[in-house]
Amino acid sequence: MFYREAGQFKTGYADDMAVFPIRQDRIGIAVILAIAYLAVPMFGSPFFVSTIMIPMLILTMAAIGLNILTGYAGLISLGTGAFMGVGAYACFKLATAFPDVNVLVWVLASGFFSAAIGVVFGLPSLRIKGLYLAVATLAAQFFLQWCFVRIGWLTNYSSSGSIEAARRSLFGVQITGPGASETARYLCVLTLLVALTWIASNIVRGRIGRKWMMVRDMDIAAELMGVRLLPTKLLAFAVSSYFCGVAGAMLLFFHYGSMESIAFNIELSFQVLFMVIIGGLGSLIGSYLGAGFIAALPVVIKFAPQILGIELPSAVVDQVTVMIIGGLIIFFLIVEPHGFARLWQIGKQKLRVWPFPY
Amino acid sequence: MMAFVDTGRRAGPKPIAAGEVLLEVEGISLAFGGVKALNSISFDIRKGEVRAIIGPNGAGKTSMLNVINGFYHPQHGRITYRGEVRRRQRPDTAAQQGISRTFQNVALFKGLTTLENIMAGRALKMNVGFFWQCLRVGPALNEEIAHRRKVEEIIDFLEIEHIRKVPVGKLPYGLKKRVELGRALAQEPELLLLDEPMAGMNLEEKEDMSRFILDVREQFGTTIALIEHDMGVVMDISDRVVVLDYGRKIADGTPDEVQKNQDVIDAYLGVQH
Ligand SMILES: Nc1ncnc2c1ncn2[C@@H]1O[C@H](COP(=O)(O)OP(=O)(O)OP(=O)(O)O)[C@@H](O)[C@H]1O
Ligand SMILES: [Mg+2]
Repeated sequence: MFYREAGQFKTGYADDMAVFPIRQDRIGIAVILAIAYLAVPMFGSPFFVSTIMIPMLILTMAAIGLNILTGYAGLISLGTGAFMGVGAYACFKLATAFPDVNVLVWVLASGFFSAAIGVVFGLPSLRIKGLYLAVATLAAQFFLQWCFVRIGWLTNYSSSGSIEAARRSLFGVQITGPGASETARYLCVLTLLVALTWIASNIVRGRIGRKWMMVRDMDIAAELMGVRLLPTKLLAFAVSSYFCGVAGAMLLFFHYGSMESIAFNIELSFQVLFMVIIGGLGSLIGSYLGAGFIAALPVVIKFAPQILGIELPSAVVDQVTVMIIGGLIIFFLIVEPHGFARLWQIGKQKLRVWPFPY
Repeated sequence: MMAFVDTGRRAGPKPIAAGEVLLEVEGISLAFGGVKALNSISFDIRKGEVRAIIGPNGAGKTSMLNVINGFYHPQHGRITYRGEVRRRQRPDTAAQQGISRTFQNVALFKGLTTLENIMAGRALKMNVGFFWQCLRVGPALNEEIAHRRKVEEIIDFLEIEHIRKVPVGKLPYGLKKRVELGRALAQEPELLLLDEPMAGMNLEEKEDMSRFILDVREQFGTTIALIEHDMGVVMDISDRVVVLDYGRKIADGTPDEVQKNQDVIDAYLGVQH
């Protein structure tokens, strides 16, 4: 009975509607934020921060984006990678065209470009659902990737076809481009993620999120209750693509520094989709858990045997990773569509009644 | 108990006095391919009454409700609502006109809790913009709280406080039907369409539901059109009954008149229940 709400009375509906109505949850989140902001930069090795934490947080952002579309609004998309690409290319163009404006502004603005593109490719969702919509978004994936390769203007006619993050700073500290420290990049990514997660949680808990879930669960009933399907679905595409676009821009500016169009391919789309499925459809915490799991798994499989003194060839590591992820996806799709987030809930429930079984 | 504030949604049209015709259908015919679901049906629904629609299975009762709220478009006939002849309309328009409904096969939002399902009924009444929704402070939070208060009143009214936070997928059938009624009430309808609200319920649950239906009419002056198979319930709570059989209207009148009607007796004996 470590975790319970007994004795914590809510005095108004605002309290009851808070993100973390239980005190232990609020303490928990404060501890996690303290670890993320203080412990990780102070004690994390450069390798840990730059190859695990940064990509993991960026992919969490993309997973939140896809979760808004698939988990909350019930619309499937295989175009996540390309929508991330739109954000990256938009941010590249904006940052090179207007070098004096702070790069964080352009990272946040680039999401609007992918939102607009997302709306265009979301239009068919009024008529088609499920598998057919997946195919339509797949078309978006390939079309956009084709644009990244063929339209030289997007890369400023770079001969290598790649886009690069220029050197930019914030408060005199370099945050992007060659030479930016991993701590500075990490703190930028973390702050953007925390802020946008807060916004996402506000949206999904309010009237807009409710409309998405109405459409997801029973579109006919939603319509008869006055919800107009097209604007509701398009808004889901817009918000979802915004998050993906910002994630793409962050991937370029805070992680890779230089990217080619191939990075935004269908594999990236699938990777984010797997995070959402494993983490839990329709749960923001699930997006964190799913992204954390998929980002950490290859590293764990690679280094855990080394600690035990066994050396695994990297090909074996890759194979094992793919097998575990594949197995988990099948498990979650069949047994528990709400993924890790659901297991998390069950765990909390058990703690609440511990040591009694009920 | 529930002093609903009119949000101005129906500020335009003139109020209709109790007993006046609220909705009139004339010569409605609806066919699906070769199946004639409705054949030249005419009747009216008066403000403030409980109007039952009965008939054997497949008589066309559900189709009639779907025509009334604009989900099906009849090939022939005319619908007049609040004195205005209605044109072909989108499904989401009925809600704006103050018509809400429940479904024969419960159509709740299964991933949402009882509370969220009933909040969903307020969708049309909430309109604070996207910017505030992102921040969930100020107008957005105030709106959410104001509507939450209304929803809590409905929850009290229907005596479902204990399942407030339970996902509706886990509820037993009888409670699901009750939550669905709550969701329809959250729309503050002028005309409430109930498709077999008591199907599959035991006697006690039916009595509760009958009481809620009569209380709704009593407290909010809501007009109710109701499909029901249980004749006892129909006789008890409805003011007037229209009887359909094979897509035709075979009787229309008070429960007593209808019960004595030979065509009705034949229709019910002809189709073994
Ligand atoms: N969407 C549809 N497509 C094709 N046929 C339909 C459709 N909806 C209803 N029907 C047909 O119309 C007829 C009337 O159906 P309806 O559901 O209105 O009957 P009902 O009186 O509600 O019956 P029940 O008591 O079984 O609910 C039936 O023959 C049915 O098969
Ligand atoms: Mg029916």
